[in-house]
Amino acid sequence: MSTPSTADAPTHPPEPAATNTGVTPPPAQSARSRTTERVIGVLALVGTVCTVWLGLWVTPPDRTQGDLVRLVYIHPGVAWVALYLAFGLAAVSSVLYLWPRTRSLFWDRLAAAAVEVGVVFNICTLVSGSIWGKPTWGVWWAWDARLTLTAVLLVLFLGYLALRRIPAEPEVRARRSAFVALFAVIDVPLVHFSVNWWNTLHQGATVLNPGLTLKIHGSMAWTLLLGFAALTLVFVWMLLVRYRIGVLEDWLDANELGAALAERQAEGADRAGGPLAGGHPGDGAPTERVGVA
Amino acid sequence: MAPVAPSPSAVSLRDAVALSGRFPLLAGVDLEVAVGETVLVEGPNGAGKTSLLRVCAGLVPLASGSLAVLGLDPVRHRTAVRRRVGLLSHASHLYDDLTVRENIRFGVRAAAGDPARIDPACERWGLTGRLARTPAAKLSAGQRRRVALAVLTARWPEVWLLDEPHAGLDIVARGLLDEAVAEASAAGVTILIASHEPGAAEALAHRAVTVTGGRVTAERTLRPSESAAGADGPVADGPDQAGTTDGAGPSVEPDERPTGAVPGGADASGWVAHVA
Amino acid sequence: MWRDAALVAGKDLRIEARSRVALTQVAPFGVVALALFAFALGPDRTTMAKGAPGLFWVAVLFCTVLAVQRSVSVESADGARDGLRLTGIDPAGLFLGKAAAVGAQLIALEAVLTLGVVLLYGARIQVPWMIVVSCVLGTLGLAVTGTLYGALSAGLRVRETLLPLLLLPIVAPVLLAGTRIWQAAMTGGTPSDGTQWLRLLVLFDAVYLAVGVVLFGPIQETA
Repeated sequence: MSTPSTADAPTHPPEPAATNTGVTPPPAQSARSRTTERVIGVLALVGTVCTVWLGLWVTPPDRTQGDLVRLVYIHPGVAWVALYLAFGLAAVSSVLYLWPRTRSLFWDRLAAAAVEVGVVFNICTLVSGSIWGKPTWGVWWAWDARLTLTAVLLVLFLGYLALRRIPAEPEVRARRSAFVALFAVIDVPLVHFSVNWWNTLHQGATVLNPGLTLKIHGSMAWTLLLGFAALTLVFVWMLLVRYRIGVLEDWLDANELGAALAERQAEGADRAGGPLAGGHPGDGAPTERVGVA
Repeated sequence: MAPVAPSPSAVSLRDAVALSGRFPLLAGVDLEVAVGETVLVEGPNGAGKTSLLRVCAGLVPLASGSLAVLGLDPVRHRTAVRRRVGLLSHASHLYDDLTVRENIRFGVRAAAGDPARIDPACERWGLTGRLARTPAAKLSAGQRRRVALAVLTARWPEVWLLDEPHAGLDIVARGLLDEAVAEASAAGVTILIASHEPGAAEALAHRAVTVTGGRVTAERTLRPSESAAGADGPVADGPDQAGTTDGAGPSVEPDERPTGAVPGGADASGWVAHVA
Repeated sequence: MWRDAALVAGKDLRIEARSRVALTQVAPFGVVALALFAFALGPDRTTMAKGAPGLFWVAVLFCTVLAVQRSVSVESADGARDGLRLTGIDPAGLFLGKAAAVGAQLIALEAVLTLGVVLLYGARIQVPWMIVVSCVLGTLGLAVTGTLYGALSAGLRVRETLLPLLLLPIVAPVLLAGTRIWQAAMTGGTPSDGTQWLRLLVLFDAVYLAVGVVLFGPIQETA
C-alpha cells in the first residue's frame, strides 16, 4: 500500500504507514547536505565578519551622515532578505504545496522555515531602520511607505506563525498555512500601493533610500555588495538548519503515529482487557473540530 | 457452480487508514458492501464505527488505502458522492434559531433534494402542527433525531449511513425508523447501520461486521440478501469467526467470497487510485 | 452556484432576523466604539470631525470582526458545518451566500455608524455619493475576506483571538482607501482624489472575490 510519503529532500526516509513496528530510526542527514550546511555556514560567518570589519573600520564615514552611514551595509541587506527573499520564497513554496502536482510536505516545511527566519530579518530591518532614523529624522518611527509596508508584512508573518502553532495533522496544517500565505502574498501588492499613495500626500523623506543620495563608490560599494551577499548566506544557512529541525519534528510526530497505530491494532487483539480497555476517549460525540471516532 | 453475475459495489474499502491528528481512527479496514445490502456495523465504544461511516460519507480523507463509494472517489467526486449519500450522525446539524420546518427545508434544498417530498416526510415523522414551527433550540434529543431522519427520508439518497440511529428515540419513533429502513432496503437502498445495540438492528440487516481497534475483525451473515447472494458463498456463522484477529495482516475475512476473484464488475466500476 | 448562494444567504439572514445579534449587539458595540474614540480624542469637535473618516472605518473593521465571528459560530453549533459539507452544496455558492449575508449586515451597521459620526463628531459630508460608493465597495471587500478567513479558522478553538490577527492586516488597504475617499468626500475634494482609491477598492474586491470562489472548497475541506 502506498505510504503517506512525500517527495522529500534526500534526508527524509518514508514515514511508516500501518505497520506494527511503530518506531523508526531518526532520519539521518546525508553527508552531502551536512557538508553543504557547513560550507554555507562558514562562508556566511566569514562574509559577515568581513563586512563588519570593512564596514566599521576600513570604509570612510560619509560627509553628511558621518559614521551613521555604516548602517547602509546592514539595513538594506536585511530588508532585501526579509521582504523579498524570505517572503518570496515562502510564497512560492506555499503555492507549490497547494498545487496538486507538486504537493509535498517539503514545500510546506520550506515555507515555514522561510517565514520564521524572515520574521527575524524583518525585526532586524525595523530595528536597524529605527536606529538609523532617530538621529536622522529625530524620531524612532515614521509612517514612511516602506516602513509601514515592512511593519504590515511583519504582522502577516506573525499571523502565519500563530496559525502554525495550532496542533493539527501535518497535511491539514500545511494546507491551512499555505492558504494564509497565499492570501498574504496577494495582499502585499495591494498594501504596497495603498501605503505608497497614502504617504505621497505627505512628501516626507524617502529616507530609506539614502543609498541613492549617497555617492557610493570604491570601498563602500564593495562592502555594500559583500554585506548583501553575507546576509543572504546567513539567511540560507538559517533556512537549512530550520528546515532540518522541521524534518526532525515531523519524524517525531510520525513516530508517535506508528506507535499509536500499533496500540490501536493491539486493542482489537486483546479485547479481554475489560470494558474500559481499548476506547478512544472521544468516541461518539464529535468535538468542534473534525469528528473523532 | 455457475458463475454468478457480480453485484455492483456500493462501498468498497481496502486497507483504509484514516487519521485524526496522530490518532488512527481506522487502522486498515477492508470492507465490501454491495448495492442494496444492509450491513450492521458492530463493535465496542471507540472501535471506529462512527469513523467508518464518516469516511464513507467523505468527511474524513484516507491517509492510505483506497475507498470507492458507488464507484466514485469521495475526495475527487465530492459533490456527486455527497448528493447520493446520506449520513445520520450523532449531531443533527440543525440551526438553533430556525424552526423545524425551516431546518428541514434548508437541509433538503441544500442537498438538491425534491422539495415536494418535505411535507410527506414531516407527516411521517410526526413533525407537524406546532412542532413544525418550534425553533430547533427547544427540541429534545429525540425530536432532533426525528428532524434529521425527516431530512434523510425526504432526500432518499442511494446510500444511507446511520450512526446509532436508535439512540434517543422512543418506542414509537423506533418503530417508524425500522419501518423506514425496511422500506428503503426493499427499494434497493444500501444501508450501513452502526450500533452497539445489536438486537435492535439485527432484524434489518443482511450482514453484520464487527469493528474493533479500527479494523474489521469479524463478519457474519444474518440473512442472505436477494441481490447477488452468490457473493456470500457458504454461510459462515458468527461464533466460529469472531475473534479471529491477530493484527498480523489485513483483516480476516471468512471465506464468504473467494478472495482472489474480486467481482469483475467492481473492478470495472472505477476503482479509485490509492490515496497517496 | 447562485441558487446555493441565495439559499445560504437567506438562511443566514433568517437566523439573524430571529436572533437579532447584529442589531442588538454589534450595532451598539459600534456606537460604543465611536464613544470610546470620542473619550480618547477629547471633547474638541474639530479634532473629531477631522478624524471622523478614520474613526468610522476603524469602527467598521471592529464590527466586521464581530459579524464574521458570528457568521462562523452559527455553523459551529451541533456540527452544522459538517452538515453543510454533507449536503454537497456548491462551495463557491456557500462562500458567496455567507459573504452576502455578512455584507448585508455590515451595510446596515455602516448606515448606523455614518449617522453616529455625523451626529457625534459633527462630520460634514459634502459629496454623498462618494460615501455611499466607498461603503459599498469597502463592505464587499471586508465581507469577502472576512468569510475567507472565517472559514480558515472555523474549526479552531482559538478562533476568537486568531481571526482578528489574521484578518485585520489583510484589510489594511480597505481602511486606507475608505478613509481617503471619505476625506475627499468631506472636504469636497475633487473626484480625481478619490478615483484612484476607488479603483484600488475595486481591484481588492475583485481579487479576493475570485480567490474565494475558487479556493473556498479546498479551504472547507481542510478545516
